Amino acid sequence: MKLRFLLPLGAFVVMVIFLGIGLKLDPHEVPSPLIDKSAPSFTLAQLHEPQKTFSPTDMKGKVWLLNVWASWCASCRQEHVFFTEFARANPSVNLIGLNYKDEREAGMQWLARLGNPYLLSVSDTEGMAGLDWGVYGVPETFVIDKKGIVRHKQTGPVDLTILQTVIMPLIEKLNAEAQ
Amino acid sequence: MKKLVLCLFFLSQSVHAEIEVYQFKTPDLELRYQTLTEELRCLVCQNQNIADSHAELAQDLRRKVYEKLNSGETNDQIIDYMTERYGDFVLYRPPFNVKTLILWLTPALTILLGGVGFWSLLKRRETNSDEQLSASEREKLDTLLHTKTSNKK
Repeated sequence: MKLRFLLPLGAFVVMVIFLGIGLKLDPHEVPSPLIDKSAPSFTLAQLHEPQKTFSPTDMKGKVWLLNVWASWCASCRQEHVFFTEFARANPSVNLIGLNYKDEREAGMQWLARLGNPYLLSVSDTEGMAGLDWGVYGVPETFVIDKKGIVRHKQTGPVDLTILQTVIMPLIEKLNAEAQ
Repeated sequence: MKKLVLCLFFLSQSVHAEIEVYQFKTPDLELRYQTLTEELRCLVCQNQNIADSHAELAQDLRRKVYEKLNSGETNDQIIDYMTERYGDFVLYRPPFNVKTLILWLTPALTILLGGVGFWSLLKRRETNSDEQLSASEREKLDTLLHTKTSNKK
């Protein structure tokens, strides 16, 4: 008899728990299937020196960051301050920019005005390299290890806390790993 | 007249909203393009498939689907390409695996539980109606029936 009343209550509690978890989830945080896989390759012209190209394989043996940015993207501007600060404080960090679906002139002006924290940036005018990397909302930041494996992805703008508590410790950890 | 103007206004809007048109070599390719773009989710506006979405990313994804279809890739190859980059989330019809177990099994389980509940309810009713009359009840019933029939006469 008691079970008859407990059953609906139990079902209700389970539903509340599920809905509660659902409320906390951010649907824009899509887990990247690239994590622990080889970084997708591309060969793109560099933003400042278009006669030169860059490819992820150029960074083999180094831990590096790929930051996807664009001059038309408002939250890129928001995170840019943190990256310039971060690059100044940690000159050993290899930060590469992927100028996503942007015009070369606009991108260069943006860097000239706001500062350039990148070792170099590449132009992905068509957005096809971005597509290969599963980019769907700029800015995005990837951490790639010495073997060329993607180890972390940050979707959306980084801030000081993320850089200090997530990105930097990970870089240090990956730097300590054997090649 | 007002109605006509309004009608024309909305018509022109829909024409304006038309997305890029691709030419296909065969009707079969076009059909596959339609099915694929309807089954792939746009990650920017997440409640739309890439066939309906105007987001730039959806345009790029449509272009990719078109290029891949033309280069002779199968539907599975194209779906794999997308999930390798964007995860299962890009599929409107998620695959059946450990992660989606609850998603796929809940409807069936609910129907099953409901069915079992309903069946047991029916069963209980049945046994209730099958209850035998006690001797005194039978006697009462007999007299009632008897008086009724005699009254009629």
